[in-house]
Amino acid sequence: MSAGVELDHITVRFGDFTAVDNAALDIKGGEFFSFLGPSGCGKTTILRTVSGFLEPSEGTVRIGGKDMRGIGPNRRPTALIFQNLALFPLMSVAENITYGLRVQGVDKATRMRKADELLQLIALPGQGGKQMSELSGGQKQRVAIARALCVQPQVLLLDEPLSALDLKLRQHMRNELRTIQRMVGITFIYITHDQGEALTMSDRIAVMSDGVIQQVADGKTIYDEPATAFVASFVGENNPFAGTVKEANGSFALLDTRFGKLRGRNPRGLKAGDKAILFVRPESAQLTPGAADTTFTSKVKSVAFEGNMTHVFLEGAGKKDITVTVGRHNGAAIPEQGSVATVSYDAELGLALPEGKMARE
Amino acid sequence: MSSRLVVIAIPFVVIAIFWLMARYEASRRHDPTHKGYFERNGMVLGIAFIALVALWALFLVVLPYLYMVVESFHPTLRPVERGGPKDVLTIAQYQSFFMAPTGDGWNTTHMGAFLFSIIASIAVTALNFAICYPLAFYMAQSGTPQKVRLILLALIVPYWVNEILRAFSLRLLLASKGLINQLLMGSGLTDAPVDFLGINVGLYVGLSYAYLLVMIFPLYNAIESLDKNQIEAARDLGAPWWRIHKDIVIPYAKPGIASGCTMVFMLAAGSLAAPQFLGGPRTLWFTSVIYNFFFQAFNWARGAAYAFLLLAACILFVMLMLRLFKVSLGETIK
Amino acid sequence: MTSSLVMRGMIGFYIFLFFAYLFGPLVVMGITAFNSPSYPQAFPFESFTLDWFVKLWNDRAMMEGLTNSIIIGLGVVAVSVPAGLAASIIMNQIYHRARGLFYLVTVSPLLTPGVIIGISTVIFWKDVLGVSDVTKALFYNGITLAILGQSSFVSAYCLLIFMARLTRFDRAQEEAALDLGASYPQVFWHILLPFLKPAIVSAVVIGFLSSFENYNTTTFAILADKTLVTVLAGQVRQGTTPALSALAVIIIGISLLGAIVYEVLKRREQSRAEQAQRRAKLAERTEVGAAQPATSTA
Repeated sequence: MSAGVELDHITVRFGDFTAVDNAALDIKGGEFFSFLGPSGCGKTTILRTVSGFLEPSEGTVRIGGKDMRGIGPNRRPTALIFQNLALFPLMSVAENITYGLRVQGVDKATRMRKADELLQLIALPGQGGKQMSELSGGQKQRVAIARALCVQPQVLLLDEPLSALDLKLRQHMRNELRTIQRMVGITFIYITHDQGEALTMSDRIAVMSDGVIQQVADGKTIYDEPATAFVASFVGENNPFAGTVKEANGSFALLDTRFGKLRGRNPRGLKAGDKAILFVRPESAQLTPGAADTTFTSKVKSVAFEGNMTHVFLEGAGKKDITVTVGRHNGAAIPEQGSVATVSYDAELGLALPEGKMARE
Repeated sequence: MSSRLVVIAIPFVVIAIFWLMARYEASRRHDPTHKGYFERNGMVLGIAFIALVALWALFLVVLPYLYMVVESFHPTLRPVERGGPKDVLTIAQYQSFFMAPTGDGWNTTHMGAFLFSIIASIAVTALNFAICYPLAFYMAQSGTPQKVRLILLALIVPYWVNEILRAFSLRLLLASKGLINQLLMGSGLTDAPVDFLGINVGLYVGLSYAYLLVMIFPLYNAIESLDKNQIEAARDLGAPWWRIHKDIVIPYAKPGIASGCTMVFMLAAGSLAAPQFLGGPRTLWFTSVIYNFFFQAFNWARGAAYAFLLLAACILFVMLMLRLFKVSLGETIK
Repeated sequence: MTSSLVMRGMIGFYIFLFFAYLFGPLVVMGITAFNSPSYPQAFPFESFTLDWFVKLWNDRAMMEGLTNSIIIGLGVVAVSVPAGLAASIIMNQIYHRARGLFYLVTVSPLLTPGVIIGISTVIFWKDVLGVSDVTKALFYNGITLAILGQSSFVSAYCLLIFMARLTRFDRAQEEAALDLGASYPQVFWHILLPFLKPAIVSAVVIGFLSSFENYNTTTFAILADKTLVTVLAGQVRQGTTPALSALAVIIIGISLLGAIVYEVLKRREQSRAEQAQRRAKLAERTEVGAAQPATSTA
């Protein structure tokens, strides 16, 4: 049983500081939806507003169509997985998992049965009697999930649950979470600052920065068609070329940049004279010359061989280097450090976006 | 009686003022995290908490103090006379502290007792500081954790014995037939027993002994948090040991020192047991004066006035300490 | 290098002196408990006797005082521990501008001379309870007043103990419980109170001991009744026998026993925690290579 979540123009202010600015979106029931953004962007605030720990200064939250105003966190059909898990250290595994049933007054026998069921689900059969201090990090994660699922929420909220785990475990848990979500079928709202997580697990992603939702789309769209300069620079690696639009039509725009005139797609309808940034992804660039308006040159600062890829770092316009990434068996010659290299790209793979704040390095 | 009732109203007025201020602020600014008091605790618990705290803060602390202060401004009356025409506000009780009962001249007995108590308490405070500082320093800086735990335990055990018994044990030691006099006479150092108790040595030792623990704990805690490297650095730069203490350790440990000194002073000045059992026959301790007003003269109003004077002296001392050491009240409560 | 040796010797000598000062009187008193002369005497040691312990047991006034002390102690704990707990919880919720004053008021009994607490308790409650003969007869007695007077500062001890424990509380647990559907009272009983259990135990023990050994306040509040401590005081004033020394020996014996028991329990708890940690580390290592969970084969 799952429900959709509607954020109806939510604004949350703490005194003079606006943490979330006019957030409006619809999360479909049964979706795996992620909020992606750097720390301080407002994603935690949104999560706490949906779960009921914060009342929005403006706007409403609706879950399953019902207005949640004035309804406290203990009466909402949501369950939250905390960043530090917040498992109850004085209770056993089974007691933790079935706590939600205990507060409803369910009798002990039923609770124990439910605990066994869920312990099977999270692959910890028979471990109900263990204490929290005896569990590993990954096991604690699974107990936290079981505890939340036990109350059969319509929406499961996850607050960066994997950030405290080490790399191998994190990748393992990514698959687990996705599998569990598909099995149980409830809406997952997941917040993270790790784009890898967001891209691999989610049906749709909302990218946030400074309290504002920059774009809401599925992973591929976010990656290939970023809507703003922030999204383009935050998700994946991207080379920005700042400049002014010289010519533009519906499909393409020609920018005047420090590296000459460069052309790219124009999905946002930029006009001549607009300030814009042309984005070219490292893997979209080649170390061979191409058409005049999609080629530039720059001095090679360093070359990094990373096994299946090689990264070539060239001098950029400002502090940021230009990165070109070529596959192992690409064929083109890797230029030497200090030499001047020619870089080109396919105009279809260049993207011109209005000037805006980019992600911090 | 009406003056007493007015006093009772004061705390309620203060509470009302704060409550109104809180409501005003809440209505002005929207706080997303705000939850009402009864919402947060539930009705039953919310009421229970308020009731308990009100009982304690109002009826066990604030109202009795205020009531005592008011009482000190009333004349000494027999039970039937209370509430009658003679029951008026007066500073006669306070005057009696300064003026002799016969009407002319100063009340040297009581004023003398007061000054003696204060000065002796300061002396005891200084004495305890001198005794405890080296041990606190040693414990904090060079002791291993096990050693420290052992020393702490050894410090605490004597204090589980009641202060009265401790005073008693000191009296045994210092009496004319006590062990110390036996040693002195036995080894030929003196011919006649030294009247330790009469010359108040017993009193000072007793007071100091009673409050050693109170001085050493804050000192130890304060010094313990000092980074050892600072002392090493100073030694490296060639500072002699007394400069290290004067310039580095003591300034850092100021809150602990202020805390310890304040507690020792207040406990000593307000002490009842040690002066009663260890004081010489001619010494008069201020707290004993108060005690006598209550249990011998049944003059509660006067006792209350003197008690308030004692309280005022303590508060003044505390504020002096805070100012002198430039620490705030919160830091010393630790 | 001799200067550091001299330094070390001086420190050792100082420590010896310090503890001689601290323990000396008690040791001497302990000896007098077993010595036969009727005036407490340590030297010369005439003959070993346990008579004084027997005399102690037969002292009616002492026994009555002991009973009262226990009753008062229990009463004080019953009032102070809940009061301190309530205050520590309210401290975080109170209007922020009032917090300083609230803290000052609740902690002030610790800074006030016990004498003043005793006096003010008697003066205030005499009038309040004197309002009607019924309340006067029921409540105006030494035991009740002693409980009321002592509770003012014992509650402050409890408050500090609870506040210290509360700072270590992970608020996220409270939120987790709420999120799972618990009401606020349920959060209090299921989550907060179990967490505070060690503090509650400390508060009860410290509260009871503080009440038991209190003299300054009790001596005023106890009116015509007696506690063990006031009986002691009376006897010391009038004339003493080694029976008092015997009492001191008993008290020291009990405290030493208590300290040993505490140390043993603490060591056991530590080893248990270490074992649990070891098990967790083992689980961690076998974690990542573990068999796939039931879910992924669906």
